[in-house]
Amino acid sequence: MIEVKNISKSFDGKTILNDISTRFETGKVNFIIGRSGSGKSVLTKCIVGLHEVNAGSVEFNGRNFSGMKRKDRKEIRKELGMLFQGSALFDSLTVEQNVVFPLTMFSAGTPEEMRERANFCLKRVELEGTNQLFPSEISGGMQKRVGIARAIAMNPKYLFCDEPNSGLDPQTAIVIDNLIKEITYEYNITTVVVSHDMNSVIEIGDHINFVNEGKLWWKGTREDILNSGNQELDDFVYASDFLKDIRENLRK
Amino acid sequence: MPLFNHIGRYFILLGNVFSRPERFSVYWKQIVFEIDKIGIKSIGIIAMLSAFMGAVICIQTAAQIDSGWIPAYTIGFTVRQTTILEFSPTIMLVILAGKVGSNIASEIGTMRISEQIDAIEIMGVNSAGYLILPKIIAACLIIPFLVIISMFLGIGAGALIGVMANLVSYSNYELGLHLDFKPFSVAYAIIKSFVFAFLMTTISAYCGYYVKGGALEVGKASTQAVVYSVVFIMIFNVILTILLLL
Ligand SMILES: Nc1ncnc2c1ncn2[C@@H]1O[C@H](COP(=O)(O)OP(=O)(O)O)[C@@H](O)[C@H]1O
Ligand SMILES: [Mg+2]
Repeated sequence: MIEVKNISKSFDGKTILNDISTRFETGKVNFIIGRSGSGKSVLTKCIVGLHEVNAGSVEFNGRNFSGMKRKDRKEIRKELGMLFQGSALFDSLTVEQNVVFPLTMFSAGTPEEMRERANFCLKRVELEGTNQLFPSEISGGMQKRVGIARAIAMNPKYLFCDEPNSGLDPQTAIVIDNLIKEITYEYNITTVVVSHDMNSVIEIGDHINFVNEGKLWWKGTREDILNSGNQELDDFVYASDFLKDIRENLRK
Repeated sequence: MPLFNHIGRYFILLGNVFSRPERFSVYWKQIVFEIDKIGIKSIGIIAMLSAFMGAVICIQTAAQIDSGWIPAYTIGFTVRQTTILEFSPTIMLVILAGKVGSNIASEIGTMRISEQIDAIEIMGVNSAGYLILPKIIAACLIIPFLVIISMFLGIGAGALIGVMANLVSYSNYELGLHLDFKPFSVAYAIIKSFVFAFLMTTISAYCGYYVKGGALEVGKASTQAVVYSVVFIMIFNVILTILLLL
């Protein structure tokens, strides 16, 4: 479980996050949703310590991560996996080397065991046979899957996915969504997904946090989200006139 | 941002670069890789430029002393002094700053904007150490060798052109080479090239590591890397020369 307590973050005097508190449950797919530029990525990076918070704290299973020194954070870092918005694969390394990378840094196993683990992870994301390709040689959807394989290589307790299906076609997006969901339940991971895609939210979201204007505007379950009665959230959920019509018809 | 802040951040980065590596074997592999990239792949251009410069210094000197009052061995002497003291250690490093420095800045800068550095950090790996330390070590190890190669080629090419174009006899050239030769001047050149290699890699890495934005900023960082590397090489050239030769 990850607990976010009253965190605020500003850049050069411009407030991006304002007193956000929430909690991400273990074994669940937790969502952070909001419009582009609302601060979802900044919030995620504050949680994982890539940005320092200006106020508040972040606790991983009761361990105050944001208050730790760089050196002590490493232990928790090893329990984190993250899929970045642009995949962030190392483009000088092959698919296999990308997945092996965290293992070569920390795993106690032999090179053979590391390669085996990498192959297991690649198989889990259904990417057998791509080991020797470079990131530039595979499609965007495959890059995301390699990103997931790399993120789970070290058996993380916490998995962060920043817009896992942005830039993908709807079908591929569903494949990625389901993969995230399965992995979360299979390994009982605390998963945090950042997204602005309502399809994913409805499809796999257990708990949902809606960020708007730097604040946590609403939180609840996927069942509640369609009938929150919250104006800003409704504007986000029913963004198109088409969806608004459907809602009106349902209400009648 | 004021220069003062840059210098502060530069030293903070260096602090991170020189903290304990996660795993030496991984760093070692990177060092070997960087030695090839920074050093071996630069031999061609260094060799070519050194040979041409040595030849030109020889011709220039010969043209200046045409009057007959100045002994012909001055040619060998001048080529030796110019090459060992300034051309090989300083000008070669300026050229390497253009080739290697810009490459380091754009490589690290691209990794920054594509979040690859964040990806390394999130794993608990010290990104500054992993990305930058192998480059520093590789450059500081291999560049002095490149400089020595450059000296031999410069002086050799001077001899070749001098004799072939009938500007100086080989024995006179050699006399010039031995004239008042101080072995310390070679040490001085190697110390300089070592320091310049360190400056070039760290400054270029600094320019890339803190890039914000996109491709445009990476391009700017790469230009800055070359400009600042060259400026600091020149400043330290004066400082080191005062310290070592005065
Ligand atoms: N490193 C940074 N420095 C300054 N401003 C930033 C930085 N990162 C993000 N921002 C700003 O924070 C806001 C939220 O960005 P972000 O979290 O990336 O939005 P999104 O919700 O689309 O992920 C944007 O206005 C962006 O310009
Ligand atoms: Mg984002």
